[in-house]
Amino acid sequence: MPTISEKILSHAAGKQVAADDFVIANIDYAMAHDGTGVLAVKAFREMDIKKVWDSERIIIPFDHYTPAHTDNGAKLHQGIRQWVREQGITNFFDIGEGICHQVLPENGFALPGKLIIGADSHSCTYGAFGAFATGVGATDMAEIFASGKIWLRVPQTIRITVEGKLSKGVSAKDLTLNIIKNIGTDGANYKAIEYYGETIQGLSMAQRMTLCNMSIEMGAKTGIVPADEITFTFLKGKAKEKYESVYADDNAKYIEDLYFDVANLEPQIAKPHEVDNVFNISEVVGTPLDQVFIGSCTNGRYEDLEVVAKILHGKEVKARTIVLPASRSILIKATESGIISTLLKAGAVIAPPGCGPCLGAHQGVICEGETCLSTSNRNFKGRMGTGGLIYLSSPQTAAASALRGEIADPREVI
Amino acid sequence: MTIKNDHCNITGKVWKFGDNVDTDVIIPGKYLRTTEMIIFAAHVMEGIDPQFSKRVQNGDVIVAGENFGCGSSREQAPLALKYAGVACVVAGSFARIFFRNAINVGLPIIEARIDCEEGDTIEIDMGNGIIVRGNVKYQAIKLPAFLQELLADGGLVGHRKKVGVV
Repeated sequence: MPTISEKILSHAAGKQVAADDFVIANIDYAMAHDGTGVLAVKAFREMDIKKVWDSERIIIPFDHYTPAHTDNGAKLHQGIRQWVREQGITNFFDIGEGICHQVLPENGFALPGKLIIGADSHSCTYGAFGAFATGVGATDMAEIFASGKIWLRVPQTIRITVEGKLSKGVSAKDLTLNIIKNIGTDGANYKAIEYYGETIQGLSMAQRMTLCNMSIEMGAKTGIVPADEITFTFLKGKAKEKYESVYADDNAKYIEDLYFDVANLEPQIAKPHEVDNVFNISEVVGTPLDQVFIGSCTNGRYEDLEVVAKILHGKEVKARTIVLPASRSILIKATESGIISTLLKAGAVIAPPGCGPCLGAHQGVICEGETCLSTSNRNFKGRMGTGGLIYLSSPQTAAASALRGEIADPREVI
Repeated sequence: MTIKNDHCNITGKVWKFGDNVDTDVIIPGKYLRTTEMIIFAAHVMEGIDPQFSKRVQNGDVIVAGENFGCGSSREQAPLALKYAGVACVVAGSFARIFFRNAINVGLPIIEARIDCEEGDTIEIDMGNGIIVRGNVKYQAIKLPAFLQELLADGGLVGHRKKVGVV
């Protein structure tokens, strides 16, 4: 009996399919950003295709290198903007609108039961809404621009059930890092994950997005939280179109069944250079920091900034701290609520909504021998700058650590 | 279906890498703001071995461990390897986006766990999924026929030019 992935892909393929079948699936929404869009548009032009399959189902947010920081970067942006105009793409989000994985949910494209393909590895974020969402590269996206279709192998599914109440100072990010530690960086390669249990059901949409966002760090094709009242409430007034929630059958076949009890979970830290190199915070407390980065498609949302502001309120950071709200609307809300003022008074630098230093291109690159604690999703060798060391944590831990100038336990300051 | 020889039978000198070679080390994010393949090739594998791009020869092959190409969806990673002259990547397993991207840009890849040293010469028969080192023969996981056809056409763009869009 079918899993969520088998059901969504059966619908998208127009026939009953099961794990390991190859399908040609019809896509609901396709996304490419300014990073992958360059080569996607180039491949689309090389394929000599005149018109995209559906100018209203393609979403182009600029987020990776925004605002442009080199001559060539500006030229590449110009090229995509030109193509967007030529093709009449209606959902174009220029610099400053935010990170693709926040822009799509905010604008109601991430919907239960839909098949969403993004030219970005963290496209699995939309699984937080009960969608089947996965990442591809630029040339695959060019073909999708042309046809609205993609070949996929239907994945087998791992069921993860999480029980127990997260302690104060412990967040969805800590839960996520702990799951990755147990499964490993390729433990879910080619597979889908479905997340269940009372802990998952208790997570807000922002927290579910943190969880699903990092499913790719275990190699997963997608990570799905079944839609519920929290999902429907978020989507009210936002959903771009009608949707039908999809749930697994009771006797759906899972390749693995994993249980986590998080009642006693400590804040977690991923040490360099692999995301599954995860430790309890007590083992890394005191590690000196040069920089703290709070933002990214994993943890740059309003409630992330809110917990950071609570910790930094009336205090001053000891490590240089860079904050990138994940979208314009988050930045506006955080400005109006005073959060931005609190962060600025604490000594943080606010950079425009986008991916920022996460991928080491600009706005906070670190150098040889420097250490950054980041709320993002990857601590790969050299990712934020050649020779730099990246530790990953929750926003709470990042804020507490910014105050001390070294990795600190957020439970001591909350 | 006919497969061109150069995508089907590959003989090359081995460069060895370990597990979890991610796309950030294959081509760091700071080099992606261009469409010039020569720039990607000039920095290929810089995150692991800054000398690699200077030492790799046209037709060499990479033999790596598990989860090769994990991380970002950047297609510049297989492009960098291809334009640096790498003829094939053999790995125990590939991260799924890299797997698709490599085929799509016409970089032959094949899953196998083989015993070899850096500098050994190996022969790869993509069509039959067989790898030979000296007297030892390894059975690799043969690519499905439709992916071999994509490779034979030089990748997805070439294939689409030939057959049209699905």
